[in-house]
Amino acid sequence: MKRIILLSLPIALFVVLVVFFYSGLQRDPSVIPSPLIGKPAPAFTLESLADPRAQVGSLDFRGRPYLLNVWATWCGGCYQEHAVLLSIARENRLPLVGLNWRDERGKAQRWLEELGNPYAAVAFDGDGRAAIDWGVYGAPETFLVSAAGVVLHKHIGPMTAEAWQRDFVPRLGQAEP
Amino acid sequence: MIRLLALLLVLSAAAPAAAIDSEPAFDDPVLQQRYERLTQELRCLVCQNQSIADSNATLAADLRREVRRLLAEGRTDDEVRAFVTGRYGDFVLYRPPVTQRTWLLWAAPALLLLVGLGIAAAIVSRRARTATANGIAGGDEDEA
Repeated sequence: MKRIILLSLPIALFVVLVVFFYSGLQRDPSVIPSPLIGKPAPAFTLESLADPRAQVGSLDFRGRPYLLNVWATWCGGCYQEHAVLLSIARENRLPLVGLNWRDERGKAQRWLEELGNPYAAVAFDGDGRAAIDWGVYGAPETFLVSAAGVVLHKHIGPMTAEAWQRDFVPRLGQAEP
Repeated sequence: MIRLLALLLVLSAAAPAAAIDSEPAFDDPVLQQRYERLTQELRCLVCQNQSIADSNATLAADLRREVRRLLAEGRTDDEVRAFVTGRYGDFVLYRPPVTQRTWLLWAAPALLLLVGLGIAAAIVSRRARTATANGIAGGDEDEA
């Protein structure tokens, strides 16, 4: 009897390890949870993409929820998600604020002219400093910010209609003042 | 042969000289040392198996610039680490802090050593008992 217990011990250990590593395989290593969730959204004041003399700041949207979408013309996933952003903008539930990350102004302006502009305003983050404050490590990334200025959710990678319905729409009630 | 080996040795020592960082060094060598140590222990999130000192990704360059700025402002190492983890999470640290989620990771080597010692002690004491029972006190035999 004692022998059986001793012999089954390594097998049990092996099973535990298999379960542990298998569950590890299911996780996407490129999705890193943001420490900003539940914290005040980082403040920024940047030049507007459309007009370098105008400014776009986080305070412009105080008192109402908004989506902050980090994008750039060099980013393939941004091209992929653009149609989804346009349809979210058409729903007219909350403004989309663009953070144009380390891009060229002319290219970014042309992108919006050609593909359509889903944004209420676009801030031009040429040196990537505001993006660091938001913990951005790869475009596209999309944040839901509540009317109280708190980050409620972060979506990493291209926005999809499913992700919008699943992760954002249920939180919109919470985002209202 | 020996010459070839010597050449290889010299070449391998020269590898760190090919730095990614194009910014000028700090005038203060102490500050430069802190800068190098900090950038080596911060992970580049775009290329997850490189530190921001090793990576030529744009984000790594931006983060090096921020570390440089904070050090020049006179911030401490802990303040620089807090700046980065507050934005990117503990994952950026190659040496994660001991927290509720990581204590098992940190304690694992010591725990495994204890388990191993326990198993070894159990085997040794059983062998000793069997040996005594067989009347070979002192245990000269090495059947194992």
